[in-house]
Amino acid sequence: MAPSTDQLIERLAANADPVQRLRPPLVRASLWLLAVAAAAAIVVPFFANFALFDAKLQDGKFILELAGTLLTGIAAVIAAFYLSIPGRSPAWMLLPIPPLVLWLASSGYNCYREWVVYGTSGWHLGETAGCFGTIIGFSVPLGVALIVMLRRARPVAPVPVAALGGLGVAAISAFLLQFNHDVDASFLDLGVHALAVAIVVLAISAMARQPRLLSVEQ
Amino acid sequence: MAEKQDSGKEQEWSRLMAAAQEGDRTAYERLLREIVPLLRAIAGRWHRRPDRVEDVVQDILLTIHRVRHTYDPARPLSHWLATIAKRRAIDALRRRGRTEKFEISDEQAYVTFADPAANKAVATRDQAPALGAAISVLPESQRQAVELLKLRELSLAEAAKVSGKSISALKVNVHRAIKSLRAQLKGE
Repeated sequence: MAPSTDQLIERLAANADPVQRLRPPLVRASLWLLAVAAAAAIVVPFFANFALFDAKLQDGKFILELAGTLLTGIAAVIAAFYLSIPGRSPAWMLLPIPPLVLWLASSGYNCYREWVVYGTSGWHLGETAGCFGTIIGFSVPLGVALIVMLRRARPVAPVPVAALGGLGVAAISAFLLQFNHDVDASFLDLGVHALAVAIVVLAISAMARQPRLLSVEQ
Repeated sequence: MAEKQDSGKEQEWSRLMAAAQEGDRTAYERLLREIVPLLRAIAGRWHRRPDRVEDVVQDILLTIHRVRHTYDPARPLSHWLATIAKRRAIDALRRRGRTEKFEISDEQAYVTFADPAANKAVATRDQAPALGAAISVLPESQRQAVELLKLRELSLAEAAKVSGKSISALKVNVHRAIKSLRAQLKGE
């Protein structure tokens, strides 16, 4: 009853209009990252506290944390673009792991240092709730922009692509947050950051399961 | 020697796909015909029944058609193909698992339940051969619309692309087909 494979091939060939090839994943990822950098250059001065940021940059541990955050974002976005193309190595999934370890280790160490000095006095959710809102708030437009670009590849396995994309946008949002982050690094603060990142990754991965949003079914 | 042959075939497939991306329909048709045995072999790793293997092969061909713009001719086509084929074969297995969860086994098929709605699934299954016969005598355009939209469950846009008909023509054909099927099945 259904058309035979031969008939299907004839119909597909009859509809084989020319298509525009996707540019290489690294080029597409770089374009997206450059666009985000340009948007950040406009938005960041409106909310940044550069004096505070400068003061924090005097601390080598903070620079490590900042580098870990930004590199996690960049690596995860590049990996998402590579994995969205069939036939690329699944090893791309591992690309954000080293900077992620650096990010977690350096922020965890900074929390530990604060805790040793100040004890639990900085454990107030009121201050960290703002961080949570900022990470989610930045992640929404970044996530939409990333999905718009990734869906052009119509990934056949959309969930890992979306999870990496989610990690990328959440890490870039956490990096932007550091331009005006006056909360002392406490474990609660780190926990709130981790929760916001996890929510972004899970939300974008869940959206990727919608057949028409990101996958080949669109 | 065999390696040399494989590498020659690989290069030829890459060339055919690059030509297909530029709109060469003959190259595309030749490529799709040449890769079918490979697709059957990959689908056969996850599916035993030949009809299911063929369904999966057709699904893979449709997927290749949709994502053909993602192929980079500088890279081997076989990796690109194998990833798509494997993914779609596994997706089909998952879909089947989900569907079978809601199917009724043969032992229960002839039990009549007190609630009339509970008998609907069995009655629907019993009508399947009659429905198949009724579809086979529909006019070609209506039969194709039912096959693509209702049996293969393609979207209107996909069905329009595969059949070469407009979306509105497909809607009209499927509407007429269902009306005609309803009349035929009621008349039995």
